[in-house]
Amino acid sequence: MTLAEGVQLVSFGLLAIMVIGTALGVVLLPNIVYSAFLLGGVFISIAGLYVLLNAGFVAAAQILIYVGAVNILILFGIMLVNKNQPFSPVRRGWIRLFATGGVCLGLFALLATVVFGTSWQISSAVPAGDQATVLIGIHLFTDFLLPFELASILLLMAMIGDIVLARREILTDETPADAVSDALTLPERPRELVSATGETTED
Amino acid sequence: MIPLEYYLLLAAALFCIGIYGLVTSRNVIRVLMSIELLLNAVNLNLMAFSNYLDPATATGQAFAVFVISIAAAESAVGLAIILAIYRNRDTVDMEAFNLLKW
Repeated sequence: MTLAEGVQLVSFGLLAIMVIGTALGVVLLPNIVYSAFLLGGVFISIAGLYVLLNAGFVAAAQILIYVGAVNILILFGIMLVNKNQPFSPVRRGWIRLFATGGVCLGLFALLATVVFGTSWQISSAVPAGDQATVLIGIHLFTDFLLPFELASILLLMAMIGDIVLARREILTDETPADAVSDALTLPERPRELVSATGETTED
Repeated sequence: MIPLEYYLLLAAALFCIGIYGLVTSRNVIRVLMSIELLLNAVNLNLMAFSNYLDPATATGQAFAVFVISIAAAESAVGLAIILAIYRNRDTVDMEAFNLLKW
């Protein structure tokens, strides 16, 4: 990155504030749709940080895959399971909140101690810069060839698994009784609902 | 040059926020979003180490590309599981998914 020192520092500060603010919004806002859009903000700010870290290719991949695919997928999920239900408060739920907050603050303190206590061996070599794309390609087809092929198999398995998990069982041989009013619905195999309130029968 | 510690601190903060959301959320989809936050924090660490400790070979960037592809598959499978369980239980409350509890 050929930016001046001060410009880098100011952009890092702005991006860091955006990352932390939008991430807090994702976790804390009560409306899930706002959370999903703020998640896109987190992804875009992290892509900006990648640009500051001399990694233009990964920044572009981050925007394409995270903002373009994962975030849209999550928005689709929200709209498919669009249920506006008030959550019944859990008994002694505040214990969980405070315990989790304490654990997270402790983890952050631990990580900060490690970060500042370690003497990092900063390399003085010239960063790859725009050549990094070529280098990533060389890595993927020489020393990371096996993980690359395994990732392709994993993506195929994920795709087939999604189709199997999310499909409905449509009955194709039955015609609807009322052809006019049922014109836009497909006959679906009836399934038994498991009661959401918890089974209180056998134990 | 920005010190490496700043990036590591930012990633640690993002990771802690993600863990807090993962444990305390009631909505299933918010849990999925918290997992994405965790993965992004790890990616930020990888890229920072790649730029500061080993800038000439870009190995960390290749790692980050792998993590991004796995994360995309993970979120798709997670969403399919959520859809299936929502059709079955008709709720999005994490506390209601206690089928495997004794």
